[in-house]
Amino acid sequence: MADITLRINGATRTGSPEARKTLADFLRDDLELTGTHVGCEHGVCGACTVIVDGRAVRSCLMLAVQAAGSEVTTIEGLAPDGGLGTLQQAMWDSHSFQCGFCTPGFVMQATAFLGSHPDADEQQIREALSGNICRCTGYQSIVDGVLLAAQRNRQGATVKAERGSDHDSNRG
Amino acid sequence: MKLPPFEYEAPTTVADAVGLLAEHGDEASVLAGGQSLIPLLALRLARPEVLIDINGVDELSGVSAADGWVAIGAMTREYVAEESGTVADGVPLLAAALPMIGHEAIRSRGTIGGSLAHADPAAELPAVARALDAEFVVRGPAGTRVIPAAQWFEGYLTTSRRPDELLTQVRFPAARPGTGVSFHEVARRHGDFAMVGLATSLVLSGGVISDARLAFAGVSDMPVRAAAAEDVLAGQRPSAELFDEAARRATEDLDPPADLHGSSDYRKTVAAAVVRRGLRAAADNARERQ
Repeated sequence: MADITLRINGATRTGSPEARKTLADFLRDDLELTGTHVGCEHGVCGACTVIVDGRAVRSCLMLAVQAAGSEVTTIEGLAPDGGLGTLQQAMWDSHSFQCGFCTPGFVMQATAFLGSHPDADEQQIREALSGNICRCTGYQSIVDGVLLAAQRNRQGATVKAERGSDHDSNRG
Repeated sequence: MKLPPFEYEAPTTVADAVGLLAEHGDEASVLAGGQSLIPLLALRLARPEVLIDINGVDELSGVSAADGWVAIGAMTREYVAEESGTVADGVPLLAAALPMIGHEAIRSRGTIGGSLAHADPAAELPAVARALDAEFVVRGPAGTRVIPAAQWFEGYLTTSRRPDELLTQVRFPAARPGTGVSFHEVARRHGDFAMVGLATSLVLSGGVISDARLAFAGVSDMPVRAAAAEDVLAGQRPSAELFDEAARRATEDLDPPADLHGSSDYRKTVAAAVVRRGLRAAADNARERQ
């Protein structure tokens, strides 16, 4: 057991996970952040994707103790006020999920990707999401949702520039 | 499955890491990016008693160029190398291969040294290291030794690193003017390990191939240099006929493993196609870069 301190969704959290506990299990079992889903537990399905220090990572392939001192964002951190961020709303509007099990992983992967590739086209989005597995949708609606979010983010950015205000229209 | 119990050590210097390896030897596994080792633990394919986590050893990360070599610290993450201008300029073959490793989230954590020490024969980096004659710097209780790529890979997931040695750095020779590269692979699904992959580097001087380097991934228990094809190519002008002949020579002695993804014959046919494509792309790349 090791005492660790890290930032999760903007708040400082502490814990004493066993060394063998993955970040995914630490988030779910110790911190009760059950929005992060655990699918295959060996890095194939992408359901457990979270953002660590700005990069999408698979939280089942990282030990909790390795996240000490890191800044972690989980699905719970995207819209803390209970609303939906731009990406989440766009995925909702595009029917980007059916059973929903894979959704948090897709949303986190897409969040990290759109953050660094705001002008991504469909092919780039497909490539970025290729490590996440969905057994329901056939992927088309997920890609549509992420594309729509990218488009809305760009429009939001244009509106912002025109208004010259700090209107927050592209969170998430 | 959940990971089995292990003792956990997190040294912050190479000296401490080497000391721990000396103490625990083959009871220990070195944890770098964890993108292969953690699945092996979860699936109980590896059961080390001690994990020596080198993520906190800062001196093991970084990319630098000097004296015609590009040196990459073993803990340098794949995405960092992917975004490195030094790698793009100095080792274009590595830059071409990096985006093909797994998926974006894998490259966030995965490391150059981890992939090369894991030595999966179907992985991209071992083929690149073998094609370019990279050098592996390891440190153990007796000091440092440098192992050429031709002696690094010994078999399936096996290298010549001794249990008490730590891979600290991998050096790649910097590309000469006129170099063209390509990394081609065929996989069932995007991001999967390749059924066949090929690292290709050609140097064109006055329209003639002065140096040809080809190494396969996925056709044996370790990366395989296509020496016969390299001999055919050297001193010749690129042409479709030449590349056909190189593909024939590169694959005539191959005996690739069969598995559920493809028979041995199928892999051999794919390998020949990949050689033709890889050579065309590398020759085009050499002309573009001039």
